[in-house]
Amino acid sequence: MDNNILEIKNLQFSFRTYGGVVKSVRDVSFNVRKGEILGIVGESGCGKSVTSQCILRLNPEPPGFFEGGSIKYRGEEIITKTDKEMRKIRGTEIGFIFQDPMTSLNPTMTVGKQIEEVFVGKGNMTRKQKKERALEILRLVGINEPERRYHQYPHELSGGMKQRVMIAIALVGNPSIIIADEPTTSLDVTIEAQILDLLMELRDKFQTSIILITHDLGVIAKMCDRVLVMYGGKIAEKGTVDEIFYETAHPYTAGLIKSIATLDTSKEQKLVPIDGTPPDLFAPPKGCPFAARCEFAMPICSEEQPEDHRLSEEHICACWLQHEYAPKVSVMKGMEVQK
Amino acid sequence: MSENIHQQTEARSVNLTRDQFVIIGKNLEKMESISRPSLTFWQEAWRRIRGNKAAYVSLILLILYGLLAVFAPMFSRYGFDQQDAYAMSQSFSAEHWLGTDSLGRDLWVRVWMGARVSLTIGLLAAALNTIIGTVLGGFCGYYGGKFDMIVMRIIDVIYGIPSLIVCILVMVVLGSGVQSLIIAMVIVGWTGTCRFTRGEVYRLKEQEFVLAARVMGEPVFTIIMREIVPNIMGLLITNLTMAIPSAIFQEAFLSYIGLGISPPQASWGVLAKEGTRMLKVAPHMLYVPAFFICTTVLALNQLGNGLRDAFDPRLRGTE
Amino acid sequence: MAKYILKRVGISIVTIFVLVSVVFFLARLMPGGPFNDPKLSATARENLSAYYGFDKPMFEQYLTYLGNLIHGNFGFSTKYPSRTVNDLLAGAFPYSADLGIRALCFAISFGLVFGIISALNRGNKIDLIFVIIAVFGTSVPDFIMGALLQHFFAIKWGLFPIAQYKGFSYTILPSIGLGFYTMASVSRIMRASMLEVVQQDYIKTARSKGISRFRVTWKHQIRNAIMPVVTILGPTVAAVLTGTFVIESLFAIPGMGKYYVESVQNNDYSLILGMTAFYGTFLVFCNMIVDILYGVIDPRVRIGGK
Repeated sequence: MDNNILEIKNLQFSFRTYGGVVKSVRDVSFNVRKGEILGIVGESGCGKSVTSQCILRLNPEPPGFFEGGSIKYRGEEIITKTDKEMRKIRGTEIGFIFQDPMTSLNPTMTVGKQIEEVFVGKGNMTRKQKKERALEILRLVGINEPERRYHQYPHELSGGMKQRVMIAIALVGNPSIIIADEPTTSLDVTIEAQILDLLMELRDKFQTSIILITHDLGVIAKMCDRVLVMYGGKIAEKGTVDEIFYETAHPYTAGLIKSIATLDTSKEQKLVPIDGTPPDLFAPPKGCPFAARCEFAMPICSEEQPEDHRLSEEHICACWLQHEYAPKVSVMKGMEVQK
Repeated sequence: MSENIHQQTEARSVNLTRDQFVIIGKNLEKMESISRPSLTFWQEAWRRIRGNKAAYVSLILLILYGLLAVFAPMFSRYGFDQQDAYAMSQSFSAEHWLGTDSLGRDLWVRVWMGARVSLTIGLLAAALNTIIGTVLGGFCGYYGGKFDMIVMRIIDVIYGIPSLIVCILVMVVLGSGVQSLIIAMVIVGWTGTCRFTRGEVYRLKEQEFVLAARVMGEPVFTIIMREIVPNIMGLLITNLTMAIPSAIFQEAFLSYIGLGISPPQASWGVLAKEGTRMLKVAPHMLYVPAFFICTTVLALNQLGNGLRDAFDPRLRGTE
Repeated sequence: MAKYILKRVGISIVTIFVLVSVVFFLARLMPGGPFNDPKLSATARENLSAYYGFDKPMFEQYLTYLGNLIHGNFGFSTKYPSRTVNDLLAGAFPYSADLGIRALCFAISFGLVFGIISALNRGNKIDLIFVIIAVFGTSVPDFIMGALLQHFFAIKWGLFPIAQYKGFSYTILPSIGLGFYTMASVSRIMRASMLEVVQQDYIKTARSKGISRFRVTWKHQIRNAIMPVVTILGPTVAAVLTGTFVIESLFAIPGMGKYYVESVQNNDYSLILGMTAFYGTFLVFCNMIVDILYGVIDPRVRIGGK
């Protein structure tokens, strides 16, 4: 397990708001290995963005605060670091690609300046070296005419181009981890494929670890080595891609898979939506957060939080159905009991 | 956090029974029941104004001022232009609650007579601006084309010239008085609302509910008034509230340079002007009108802010 | 950029043209002629009219007037024949400009600083103090502010001279009185804008790059938050300039505003109109500069054209 570069244990992060404390991340544990692509999937508001931003301490604190747990990057604790210490990690150790390239670039600064800014206050590169590095990275992320783009402002670029610039910013400091928070949600499907290919290429070339946050299972299937499924601020299920798709153990994961269309889906087959809405994190339910929407819910589910059940080396599922007392059901097939 | 861990350890220690593991399925009612009771647009807005302390207090203060402006002069022993050579420049007393001015006129009465003028000008000018601006802006936004272009160019020009300069010009030509003040303010004031309404109408006219009305053959005027205006009502009311202070300021300014209301008629601007002249002898003559101008404008601004928040659909339901 | 500037200049020229034309025709519409002093004999009136060219057809007068304006001749007083707008400009404008610039500098620098401090301390006592100053400041007309300053700082406490304009200590009260309203509104806008910008995604991007908090605030937050303030600079210049009318007469400063108010009170129409034409032109010009400045600061305006 020496190639774990990021270890997160029992992370709990909440926000103080006028309405009370919102428990956004409740007891999340996972690790990231060198050179892997880890997917985090879940509905909006399930805590996936907050979790990822905790790693770089980008959530505003206050109102946000850590209620517990630890985040270790190469053995160093992140949670106790000061802002000044965090600066050495941001950009150069861990890069971040944000969701919406339209709003994530500063409209009043040229593309080149925004990329070079990663080096401000770090090391002693000359202006020329910085520029060369910026141009190199622009070329790497597939931007044509980098010399011209370097001097342009974000509004002069197309959406896909802006996302490439975002990737360039995340990449320019040679980080060992890149966190990509829904990097393609706001892009066209064709551009999406290009951007995802680019990310894979970068991983293969530089052995960069990538944490890919998305709500799109298709993207997960295509890109990731391992997957976390989050629900209501907790991890419902985690495992390798194959385990998640073919040995689905959690009813929520099953619901997600059943709600997407694939090429094999025939016209007669119905897509099955997951009824209801995610739980209110102001007052998280006492038991399993998914209990109210779960077709397999049992009395225990709304009384106690489910334990983590280890199904294999990688595969862990937090669901009472895994308990020895529970009836044996297939979450993919529905209610028919397997004997 | 400690509580959380406590709960979990407890869970582990409790003996689980088999009857807790019977599949009962979804329980969606439990989830849906939390949603808020639905309120109409106005109910919601009113509820939120009441919740906003500054706006609520401002509203009460403004109503109080309005009532005093109407009734206070009626129930006073003094006339607003009644001079008293034996009681000149007196400070606050039981005889004259707010003192007297340099000619011995009672300031309490003069302030409320002034309020009649200042508030009337403020309200009328702001209301006319809003009406003219909304109607013109509505047509511009709805029809577009040449009419729109001409109106927009006119606005460009009027907007380019500072409003007080235009007011001064108009006042010089028309002479002083309440009527000319209002006319002057309307000439410069309608442009803002017009631009705003035009933009909104332009945005709204493409939407389904307007399209539906059009398909059913409603005349344009009805469509604008019934379908579009209610949708921007909140913002228009906010605009109106915010326009009154600037009208009060303009009246004060014009009266100060001698173009607004001419004495012995009173307005807050006239009173303040008289006050600045008597600053050394009777500073209360400035304080009194200054207090009323400032509190009124302050209250209107606060009320406007409150209204803006109350009508903002993005903030609905939050507290 | 060139296209943008050209468009601004074009609009400004049209605006000035409309303004001076309106001024001219309003002057001719004025009740009574300029020389309706009953003491004047009929011949004297005719002579005067001929002297000033009022006997010529309206259109010819209009052309002469435009020609004069192009040569920078804004007109004259009919009350004091020796007094022309240009004389006043030469003698009094420097005072007004000095006062206006001081007030603007005060208003913008203090307004920005107050707004920034306020936003950075959002929700605590420092913020509250600055918010109260701003709310108060936008509720007081400038002549009342000037009079209050005069009353307390000059008459009661004797810290500053009461009136006139003869040295630095004389300039403080009028500049503050004139600039206070603008200062307050700049601070309000800056505060709101700072709080709006801090929630933008690009601030998070900037933080994710590992640059200092100071740099994030300075280069990303303030730089973007300042835009809305620039848009109100045009109206601000106008507000300060018209404000000089009252502040100058309050503090007995021999500037343009004082003469303007005087000519209003004397019904010296032609002087009022001449000065109005000058002020209008000057302010339209200022607005144009501000628009162009905005284009320089905000790259979106510059290149987008709109």
